[in-house]
Amino acid sequence: MIIQISVFLENKPGRLEKVLQILYDNDINLRSISVAETSDYGVTRLILDKPAIAVEKLKAENFIVKETSVLGLEIEDRKGAMLAAIKELAVNEISIEYTYSCLPINDNKVIIIVRVDNMERAIDVLKDSENCRLLNCEDMII
Amino acid sequence: MYWNERIETISRDELTYIQNEELCKMIRRIYHNVPFYRKKFQEIGLYPEDIKSVEDLSKLPFTTKQDMRDNYPYGLFAADLSEIVRLHASSGTTGKPTVVGYTREDINNWSELCARSIVAAGGTTDSVIQIAYGYGLFTGGLGLHYGAEKLGASAVPVSSGNTDRQLMLMKDFNTTFLACTPSYALYLADALEDQGISPKELNLKAGIFGAEPWSENMRKEIEKKLNISAHNIYGLSEIMGPGVASECACKNGMHIWEDHFIPEVIDPITLEPLPYGSFGELVFTCITKEGIPLLRYRTRDLTTLHNEVCQCGRTHVRMDRIMGRSDDMIIIRGVNIFPSQIEDVLLEIGEVEPHYQLIITREGTLDFLEVQVEVTENLFSDKIKNLESLTNTIKQRLSSVLQLSAKVTLVEPRTIARSEGKANRVIDRRNY
Repeated sequence: MIIQISVFLENKPGRLEKVLQILYDNDINLRSISVAETSDYGVTRLILDKPAIAVEKLKAENFIVKETSVLGLEIEDRKGAMLAAIKELAVNEISIEYTYSCLPINDNKVIIIVRVDNMERAIDVLKDSENCRLLNCEDMII
Repeated sequence: MYWNERIETISRDELTYIQNEELCKMIRRIYHNVPFYRKKFQEIGLYPEDIKSVEDLSKLPFTTKQDMRDNYPYGLFAADLSEIVRLHASSGTTGKPTVVGYTREDINNWSELCARSIVAAGGTTDSVIQIAYGYGLFTGGLGLHYGAEKLGASAVPVSSGNTDRQLMLMKDFNTTFLACTPSYALYLADALEDQGISPKELNLKAGIFGAEPWSENMRKEIEKKLNISAHNIYGLSEIMGPGVASECACKNGMHIWEDHFIPEVIDPITLEPLPYGSFGELVFTCITKEGIPLLRYRTRDLTTLHNEVCQCGRTHVRMDRIMGRSDDMIIIRGVNIFPSQIEDVLLEIGEVEPHYQLIITREGTLDFLEVQVEVTENLFSDKIKNLESLTNTIKQRLSSVLQLSAKVTLVEPRTIARSEGKANRVIDRRNY
């Protein structure tokens, strides 16, 4: 499993820029970003190479930050690969809260980030899967 | 036109005589029936005999809303529950409302004063009075209802809300007189316009509007849009309800019915009484109330009293429209709100030190409340559905505590301005 950082951002100009600036200033590399938005605010979800430093620096600038464990699944870059991995979660009745894609680290492979309702069970189901490889935090340091 | 010409135009000397008599009787009654006041008197070494006339008023202790809370629900009643025929309550600041009780005689007097107020605004026995104030624990609806019946007018107890039905009744029942909050009067006027109904098609002649602050500009607008004469009415449940004071045809202030209440204006800081014509906090002493007669009750409303004789012939002093508050209470759609009520809800939901701000706006003619809450690590979640359920929970709790729906917006930490370590809780963007 890998660590995702979520940041609460009001819908106003310059807020995301501020977050990205803090990451840049601290030499933190962004692997993936996804924004879930409502009419008043958004939750920005980030996959980073140095999540612990990012949390510390963002908090110092008064951002509300949360660390969450998510699944990082490396799958083949071909039709039906994601379906096969997700199917394993589905047959085991694991519910997906949200998902988005992430920059690849190996050729011919893609990475998807999945937030599930039961992490332990999901890891148990996927750890020996033929359809995907479970990534861990170290995989994100490139 | 008067409802009770003898009393309404009584000479100042006679009025003072009545006030002296009633005040002395009241002090003796309160001293014997209300342990809270007896204790207060004893603490400052005051005996009922020390109060001989209105001149001695300033010797009496003040009563505050906090005293009512501390003595919830019946601690300040001067009559036995067997004599109480009705209870009303206003929203409280700590989850508990402020409770008031009326004896049969209190209801009679209240009806009399509401009848006087309606007549002063042009109502007659022929009037069809549409009462679009809320009925229920709030005193507005029932207070004016009893006044309309006492007068012998036809009361239409439609209560607040349901605008389409209000307009239908207004047309079909030939309503001549409207009673509601001034903002709702404007809302109704706009709804009429939207439906293409000209006020000339209606029979409306006059209205009394109160329970929230409004301005001369709003009066002009209501009068123009509804083609009526619009009158200001003042009251508060602690003292009685609507009809403590009301405007006559001269519209130069509201006559306080002084044969029942003695008004004073004090400096809210030094608490010293101020002479007529000075701006300050309005204080009332009840001299006829049986259920819950309060002494020198601090209304927190800021105004000025005028004792010059009014052209209408009424001799009772006039108070200006309310110009503000000496506490942080705000009134939205006739509902009294204290920022601390919002704070309590947030504390309940699990915020240790909630940072929040109330933003009040007027869209068209209606007031809206937005509550901005700074997100904390406790409240934050990476899942939108959790954040949405949080705002919904806050909304529901606020609506049940305030009896008013508010928009709840989550904002980033430290976005609410803090001054001297204390946040500025209220931003009122309404133009009166």
